[in-house]
Amino acid sequence: MIWQLDLLILLMVVICAIATITIRDLLGAAIVFGAYSFLLCLLWAEMGAVDVAFTEATVGAGISTILFIAAIFRTTRRSKD
Amino acid sequence: MESMLGVVVAKYNYWLYVVLMMIGFYAMIGKRNLVKKLLGMNIFQTAIILFFVSMGAKRGGGIPILDKEAALAGAVKVAEVVNPLPHVLMLTAIVVSVSVTGVALAVLQRIYKEYGTLEEDEILDKIGRS
Repeated sequence: MIWQLDLLILLMVVICAIATITIRDLLGAAIVFGAYSFLLCLLWAEMGAVDVAFTEATVGAGISTILFIAAIFRTTRRSKD
Repeated sequence: MESMLGVVVAKYNYWLYVVLMMIGFYAMIGKRNLVKKLLGMNIFQTAIILFFVSMGAKRGGGIPILDKEAALAGAVKVAEVVNPLPHVLMLTAIVVSVSVTGVALAVLQRIYKEYGTLEEDEILDKIGRS
């Protein structure tokens, strides 16, 4: 566990989380959320939790993002806040 | 007082998890769009999963995969591998969070078909309870 790398990825995770809830376009928010999930996967691989890391990469960053994008295309991209 | 500061700095990751959790909580309460609320719930869940996994991490610990010959020959040195128990518990939590997301998105599509909007205040207007 390298603490410089840990702190760098954690700060990027926090920035991605703030961006996810501030972007008004829902499709953009879903894509930034995918980037957030993949950064979490990097964080877990760096902590030594490789099984959690690859589950998050496939299920969290992959399937979850696809579900969000599919639902947004079937409903609307518009968001007021 | 100096040792207090040392404790705060040494556990910097816990403070950032609290920040992440509160970002998710704010999105669940403060945002009006239902998809934004769902994204906030996902951020909340991943912050808690991060907290649990980081409790099992050790300084200088390797990944919890043991060499079979070495493990059979002698005792396993637990100080050299990270604790795998939180990993197994949180693996279940990740799968549960994705299934919750799927069901919630299905409900959102049904709401959109019924009311034509995903904004909470517009839906409340349409059902006459604003």
